[in-house]
Amino acid sequence: MYVTPARRVKQTVEGAIKLLLIASSTVAILTTVGIVASLLFEAIRFFGEIPMTDFLFGLEWSPQTAIRDDQVGSSGAFGAVPLFVGTLLISAIAMIVAAPVGLFAAIYLAEYAHIKVRGTVKPILEILAGIPTVVYGFFAALVVAPWLRGTGEAVGFDVSSESALAAGLVMGVMIIPLISSLSDDVISAVPQAMRDGAYGLGATKSETIRNVVIPAALPGIMGGMLLAVSRAIGETMIVVMAAGLAANLTANPLEAVTTVTVQIVTLLTGDQEFDSAKTLAAFALGLMLFATTLVLNVGALHIVKKYREQYD
Amino acid sequence: MELSLHTNLPSSAYVEDNLVSSPHKVTAQGVDVYYGDKQALKNINLDVPSNMVTALIGPSGCGKSTFLRCLNRMNDVVDGCRITGQIKLDGEDIYARGVDVVHLRARVGMVFQKPNPFPKSIYDNVAYGPRIHGLADSRAELDDIVLTSLEKAGLIAEVRDRLEAPGTGLSGGQQQRLCIARAIAVEPEVILMDEPCSALDPIATAKIEELIDELKQNYTIIMVTHSMQQAARVSQKTAFFHLGELVEQGDTSDIFTNPSDERTQAYVTGRIG
Amino acid sequence: MTDRAKNAERIKAGLARRYRAEKRFRLYGILAITAAVTFLLVMLTAIVIRGGGAFQQTHAALEITFDQQHIADNDWQGMVKASLRRAFPDVRARQDKRSLYGLMSNGAGFDLQNMVQDDPSLVGQTRTIWLPTSDDVDMLMKGVIDRSPPEGDRRITDKELTWIDQWIAAGTIAKQFNTRFFTSGDSREPELAGILSALMGSILSLSVCFALSFPLGVMTAVYLEEFAPKNKWTDLIEVNINNLAAVPSIVFGLLGLAVFLNIFMLPRSAPLVGGMVLALMTLPTIIIASRAALRAVPPSIREAAYGMGASTVQTVLHHVLPLAMPGMLTGTIIGMAQALGESAPLLMIGMVAFIVDIPAGFTDPATALPVQIFLWADSPERAFSERTAAAIIVLLGVLISMNLLAVILRKKFERRW
Repeated sequence: MYVTPARRVKQTVEGAIKLLLIASSTVAILTTVGIVASLLFEAIRFFGEIPMTDFLFGLEWSPQTAIRDDQVGSSGAFGAVPLFVGTLLISAIAMIVAAPVGLFAAIYLAEYAHIKVRGTVKPILEILAGIPTVVYGFFAALVVAPWLRGTGEAVGFDVSSESALAAGLVMGVMIIPLISSLSDDVISAVPQAMRDGAYGLGATKSETIRNVVIPAALPGIMGGMLLAVSRAIGETMIVVMAAGLAANLTANPLEAVTTVTVQIVTLLTGDQEFDSAKTLAAFALGLMLFATTLVLNVGALHIVKKYREQYD
Repeated sequence: MELSLHTNLPSSAYVEDNLVSSPHKVTAQGVDVYYGDKQALKNINLDVPSNMVTALIGPSGCGKSTFLRCLNRMNDVVDGCRITGQIKLDGEDIYARGVDVVHLRARVGMVFQKPNPFPKSIYDNVAYGPRIHGLADSRAELDDIVLTSLEKAGLIAEVRDRLEAPGTGLSGGQQQRLCIARAIAVEPEVILMDEPCSALDPIATAKIEELIDELKQNYTIIMVTHSMQQAARVSQKTAFFHLGELVEQGDTSDIFTNPSDERTQAYVTGRIG
Repeated sequence: MTDRAKNAERIKAGLARRYRAEKRFRLYGILAITAAVTFLLVMLTAIVIRGGGAFQQTHAALEITFDQQHIADNDWQGMVKASLRRAFPDVRARQDKRSLYGLMSNGAGFDLQNMVQDDPSLVGQTRTIWLPTSDDVDMLMKGVIDRSPPEGDRRITDKELTWIDQWIAAGTIAKQFNTRFFTSGDSREPELAGILSALMGSILSLSVCFALSFPLGVMTAVYLEEFAPKNKWTDLIEVNINNLAAVPSIVFGLLGLAVFLNIFMLPRSAPLVGGMVLALMTLPTIIIASRAALRAVPPSIREAAYGMGASTVQTVLHHVLPLAMPGMLTGTIIGMAQALGESAPLLMIGMVAFIVDIPAGFTDPATALPVQIFLWADSPERAFSERTAAAIIVLLGVLISMNLLAVILRKKFERRW
């Protein structure tokens, strides 16, 4: 076989194509590197001005006053604890709504529903997943929050117009398809032999599901829940539109709280120089957010992978 | 012992009729089974005596497992499966209206081809049946049931000191004996076994065959097997299935040494199947 | 065998309770599904009810004289005011006159200006022209503002009501299709505000997103599926892609701010930057969908090509890629639909300004449709609330079309190997 000039050209062209493909594949890595680098870089500059302990453990968040009084290093004005608590409060409400609804919907669709019902309901739940979060935010702020306020007042409760409950409820509905879809997959993957074993003993369907199927599917379901929590923590538009702007350290869902994502948006929209402590604080918050969701996501994927090994 | 499956009538109501009409534990009369439009079993008439091992033999795909699953109504879980005819347990048709499937399956237990222990501890595997049926009033009673069942299944010596270990951690043969213990724990009257040794090595198989021989003293056993040697070793009665029909049934020795039907002859001599 | 009799009694005793539990369990499942579906229906209905009205805009017919004086003074709104004075000659007091002028939109004058620019022969003529009313009049005509409360609690005074009633009696006030909604950009006045600038911004951003993410995504997928050896490097790339798919969208915005705006010094609020950020977000979706499409092509196709002496590049380019393309396109359309609905990262890179002019190029300041919705949602005027809901209807309409297109494409090119 001779290496003709034509063949040599072809080899070079092919080599170039391969190089191009490899280069494009590195974009994914570059993106992650870029995210980590930019967040770290700016956050480190922030921690140069505000000590990290103040940020992580401080109880007072009022970045505006810090600048006005020219007390850049004032302790307590960049304390992010109220933000963490607010984020957790709203995410907890969202999970309280989404976890049972999503799980039971998945159980019903996987184990009880007629195939036609399953074929109709699954796409409808997918629609919930496809609606832009700004639409959910609009609904939360302009319909749910006033309704909650009105109902609350009628019953005698004092409900804020930016209550954590309103934002958490709507966020919960948004997460339902995430939980139901993942849970449906893992429940369907449990081998029929296991169910047969329980039926053969005289167990009812619900007993089989509760005692055998769900425990077998539990790692996968937990993985799905972790992914859902990660999604709730990172959600921005619903909370920006429906939750409050003022930091408030409370566990009362009827009050207004603010979250990490809301503060990132507030600190960065509007005109200010890039270098002020306020904008750098946003990057510090962004770093916390990225780190937390990364841990949750890696944990979730790890659990799901381990579970898959069990049955393959 | 006549135990009514009908939940709203007293047990005594059935005693008189059934003692006279049916000396066999399980009888099938004119049973046809359809999967959708396809007919899997044609006009099956089978008598299964108590406290014996009845083997169902025949080439693969001829409906033996399908028939077995009819006996405890496991085919109810399969979409599109239709059964006509009568299957009687102690003279009562198990497909009659008002029959409680849950109770039926406590009376007719099942062991599957591939061992399928639950992802729970050995103790919890065996205790599962008694727990859901409410057969033990106290933890001590439950312990008793579990240990007795493991003993009857010949597994107690090997697992006595690790009852909390997961059931899936045992070897294939041990898992199958665990499944047998699990089935026994509910004190069924009949045990259905669907090729229980086909996934096991010869030594484990031998142990299980020994176990089956002991179990027949207290239980009626119906076993599907594709191994004629196993049927000859273990069973007292044999039924030969071929292409969805029950060709011949009778004493095991007769079926193997002196079959009446030429198809049975062809199968046992190895010319078909 | 008395054990068996005892067991039978125990089993029977427990059956009723167990069947009740079974029924309850099933019920929970049905309740859960009903709750989710009901919420969806309630949300969509609320939006349609709120927004449906915005597709119509109240106009009033005024007799306009295109007189030279007003044109020379460039006082187009003055022509409108003159017409109003002629229509209601009894209105004298200053306060009342201001009230009267307030019935019509501040932008009515611009309409007249555009008409004369298009047709100079109008100068000196008198015509009856339908012009947009103010947003309060619009809300009144749509029933959003109630007539019944006492005057102090209302946005429309009694005097204004009498004038409006006169128009109604004369038939010179009516709701017409709100073309302005689709032809103009944002405005401070709700009755003049439209979604065109936001739509163009979205289209431009998505074009940039597609141009970047589709080739990169397909190339990465091809490399990972067809060429890459199984080593730590490719494992790392895969782990990265899976992680990126789950990173919160706002973090991508921070990346865009720090790198694209501050290091590369690209213009703020530009669709170019928006598209780049969206591309990074959509990349994992396209890669994952493309890999699935490539895996679906049976190995026999590749073997046939290799067997004829084709190189890997030739096999992939000529045989595998064309067969996988429908699946890749479907995944890309779905990715684009997700990108269209994103707003958080765009807020970070500044596409959140008040944009009146329709953006024409990739570096013109622009906003995107979901961001426009976000901005309008903040405005207190009822008319903006209506338009926000209408913009949501448009956005959902576009998303539904894109997803339907993806489903049709998938069904059409579905092959059974």
